[in-house]
Amino acid sequence: MEQLTAIGINHYLTISAILFALGLFAVMTRRNAIVILMGVELILNAANINFLAFSKWNGGMEGVMFSLFVIVLAAAEAAVALAIIINIYKIFNTVDVSSVDSMKE
Amino acid sequence: MFELPSGAEIQNIIASLKAGAGSFIPEIYLSILFMALILVDLATKGRKPILLGWLTFAGLAGSMFFIHQQHQMEAGELFFGMYVLDEFAIFFKYFFVVSAMFAVVLTMADRRFDTEVKSIGEYYALIVAMLIGMVMMAAASDLLMVFLSMELVSLSAYVLSGYFKRDGRSSEAALKYLVYGAVSSGLMIYGFSLIYGLTAQTNLLLISAELAEHGYDPLVMMLATLLILAGFGYKIGAVPFHFWSPDVYEGAPTPVTAYLSVASKAAGFALLLRFFYIVIPHGLSPYEDIAGSEWLALLAIISVASMIYGNVVAIWQKNVKRLLAYSSIAHAGYLLLGVIVMDSIGTQAVLFYLLSYLLMNYGAFYVIILISNRTGSENLDDYRGLGRKMPLAGAALTVFLISLVGLPPTVGFIGKLFIFSALLSKGSLYVGLALVGIMTSVISLYYYMLIPLNMFLRESLEPNEREQNPGLFANVLMAVLMVLTIWFGLFFEPLSEFAHYSSALFGLSFY
Repeated sequence: MEQLTAIGINHYLTISAILFALGLFAVMTRRNAIVILMGVELILNAANINFLAFSKWNGGMEGVMFSLFVIVLAAAEAAVALAIIINIYKIFNTVDVSSVDSMKE
Repeated sequence: MFELPSGAEIQNIIASLKAGAGSFIPEIYLSILFMALILVDLATKGRKPILLGWLTFAGLAGSMFFIHQQHQMEAGELFFGMYVLDEFAIFFKYFFVVSAMFAVVLTMADRRFDTEVKSIGEYYALIVAMLIGMVMMAAASDLLMVFLSMELVSLSAYVLSGYFKRDGRSSEAALKYLVYGAVSSGLMIYGFSLIYGLTAQTNLLLISAELAEHGYDPLVMMLATLLILAGFGYKIGAVPFHFWSPDVYEGAPTPVTAYLSVASKAAGFALLLRFFYIVIPHGLSPYEDIAGSEWLALLAIISVASMIYGNVVAIWQKNVKRLLAYSSIAHAGYLLLGVIVMDSIGTQAVLFYLLSYLLMNYGAFYVIILISNRTGSENLDDYRGLGRKMPLAGAALTVFLISLVGLPPTVGFIGKLFIFSALLSKGSLYVGLALVGIMTSVISLYYYMLIPLNMFLRESLEPNEREQNPGLFANVLMAVLMVLTIWFGLFFEPLSEFAHYSSALFGLSFY
């Protein structure tokens, strides 16, 4: 019982696993490119929660640093991604990844 | 919770950063080149693409001097274990610089760049940015550094593959590359977080020591390894992380396709070798360690699947770039065979194979660009009768394709020979893998030879077209590449010596 009431590392890891699963679900089932990127964002933040929780429990700073870099890179990736998606919208008039498919035989 | 460092400690940190910077000169030089290219582009207002191209080429050639100086330096860790300098990393520095130089030459040869883009501007700068990322991938020894360098490569590559902004196929290539890349790097970072949780370390050497000393939960380790493999597998383009590659290879500008297929794949292998050889604890031989053989089995499955899938699906391809995309999936499988061997002979085989792949793949893509300049297409049917109109190009492409199949007397044959003999020297367990490799090479003979078949033995659709000369420079370069492909097939000693010398990984226990 005490394991459930006292907030421990398991709570963080459970949240992070749920977030990861939701992100993966979004990536696999959605067709809108922007929603897929939102799913990726969930996966990255799940990893962030892991890093912070482990960092707190292990007592090192590496996890905190890692999650800071992940946040910055997620922003950079979103910038490039949105530029590409805007360009796709200009050409194909859609951001649906399954209808942007001109090369299959 | 965390104390501020004292004055003496800060002095120590500064001294160690200064010492690290001395071994970091090629990367600093390349970063300056990156910025200089952007400034030159601004100053010339993007009106002098040729000048910019040659400037990039000369700048890259200049970086060889600084890389060469690193041979004298002692192998070791820099920047608090973030980065290492060893023969392995120096090998890949040379490799990536040469492949970036090839990418620049291919870009200058490609006439599509004249019509599709108004300003070549950031293009060369992005090539250099991707190069810096790949150089760092080969030398990263911390999970954080691995992640950052991979993202630098990926972000530059997304933009490069979509560089023909108004071309639907190029934009589609960028989108596909982006979606798969973002997902796989997300999976990889989650895997990293699990490893960090297991060991409380991010340095590869410390992780390895921690795992060996305290043991680990095999289930968690397997999950983390799988997730990380998703990230690496995406970079090397192996089954089942290959879905992006046919579309990206077909849609992206051809020089970028060549750059991705050679350099980006090699960077993935550099990382794979360093990560798995150093992090995963193993005894003196892989047989002794059960935990080690788990992921060896995983890599073996991926490798066999890549060889079979790549070579079989390529049979039905009608577009030459797409065909080479499937062939590059198959080559990732062959290279993985060398990784599985897990000793210095295997590393040497992988490095040699990468060198041969650099030569033959860039050669093939160069000829494809010259042909596409003339016909405006990469369709197999449009290659009919080209062997008579462009004899040298036809001969050169045939040599490169023979080398890709792995037939003597070309360098591709020696590459495959090294890989298979490294496999066989490990004993009977690996004979099956070598057999799959040889059988699939036989399959690959069919689809590679479709191209010379169309060029030489089928009649052209427009038989009256006159012969066309692609220019002196192109002829000389093609001839040189063709001769080198055969030359190194006969006299491979220098390359294999270099590969052997470069197979020393810093901090590796089993040599």
